Amino acid sequence: MTHTLVTSDLDPAAAVLDETVQPGDGWMRVLKTGQRLRIVDLAGNQAVDTLFYDAQDTADRFSAQDTIREQGSIYLTTGSRLLTGSGRPLVTIVADTCGRHDTLGGACSQESNVVRYGEHTRHMHACRQTFLAQALAWGLEKHDLTHNVNFFMNVPVTPDGGLTFEDGLSAPGKYVEMRAERDVIVLISNCPQLNNPCNAYDPTAVRLLVWDGGEAGA
Amino acid sequence: MIESLTAREVLPGAATWSGVLRRGSALELEDIEGGANVALLLLDAHRPSERLNVPDTLKAQHVARITAGVALYSDMGRVLASVIEDTGGWHDPLCGHGRQGDLDDLYGPTSYASERNAVRRGAREELIVELAKHGLGARDLAATINLFSKVTVDAAGRLCFHPGSSAAGSRVVLRADTDVLVLLNSAPHPLQRTPDWEPRPVGLAVRTVGVAGPGDPVRLACAENGRGFAATERTQPGSAS
Repeated sequence: MTHTLVTSDLDPAAAVLDETVQPGDGWMRVLKTGQRLRIVDLAGNQAVDTLFYDAQDTADRFSAQDTIREQGSIYLTTGSRLLTGSGRPLVTIVADTCGRHDTLGGACSQESNVVRYGEHTRHMHACRQTFLAQALAWGLEKHDLTHNVNFFMNVPVTPDGGLTFEDGLSAPGKYVEMRAERDVIVLISNCPQLNNPCNAYDPTAVRLLVWDGGEAGA
Repeated sequence: MIESLTAREVLPGAATWSGVLRRGSALELEDIEGGANVALLLLDAHRPSERLNVPDTLKAQHVARITAGVALYSDMGRVLASVIEDTGGWHDPLCGHGRQGDLDDLYGPTSYASERNAVRRGAREELIVELAKHGLGARDLAATINLFSKVTVDAAGRLCFHPGSSAAGSRVVLRADTDVLVLLNSAPHPLQRTPDWEPRPVGLAVRTVGVAGPGDPVRLACAENGRGFAATERTQPGSAS
């Protein structure tokens, strides 16, 4: 399997934001139209669970189903436009040195961990705890949390309709970069999952950089 | 707020329906003419912030298609409903529902003034109106499942829609494993590209089937489902644990 990898020429020294988000932590910010966000997988194969909202109308939010249907593919990579449920573009991926990002696996939760791994995982930290804590602080609620992107995760579908979690294609230093097509709220949970081999049972930090840009489409 | 159907009814093509299925009852849907599609959304009837979660459903059971033996999970680790019978073998959980703008682009705009009730309405917009009848709204519209439609994925991740995958007379039966609010919209699949707009009717019938027993095939389909049913049963009124 080959992937078309696209690098970015933006200089980290010129970024207006440069932060490290530890595993188990969240991050929620507005990206202004034209700004670029780069997510760097510092140690490799980390899952970065991410939701997007139209900042002017948070009821119109990222829809994985609309996004994959309109691009005709379940994977996100350079050129993918992430759409809302009403079809508005939120962000466009403009660089990607990993090559494939997941749209089907969703986020871990305490409740789904019990189903997947057993009762002993009920009180382990999970992405939807982070999502809720961040969302509540912005006036959003549980029903505002939907089906997210997992940057750097590899979740193929088999021809007979099976879903598999494969070893990631990512590696230390790989990144994905996206441009905001409108003012967008980005909500990230840097996944704390300790029960899944896809991150070698060892969640790690990611680096987030934001650059001011020109107008969308420039 | 709990009401339920007792008699068979026919949902015309591109129409919307909602109703509460009580735990232990089942909704049978029949593709009367063949080639139907039904967008399905489920919410807990008593606490609708808990609703169908497609990613949790897929990853718990390692599936990207819905068929007999599959449990439909909420975002709270409970089984809202189960597919207990299915003659077709494939229902699409990947592609979601279409929108008014797509229909207008594909087939041209219509209006009630000129087309009366043959007006073409988008599934998303209709589902939001139907949610509003239950005091809900656009924020409650989660990812949906397309009953009677087959979409496969190739090694590169590309989607392939299989038109006409459902034969006339195909049936799928959804058992409610908790009291569940069901929303349906029978517009064609959003990847359907027939030259004409041809929405197809669907037969609906509710019957009592009883709750999932210890030997229930959906419960036993995988260890994850055993835990999902246990979590569901713990939350039922009168539950001992």
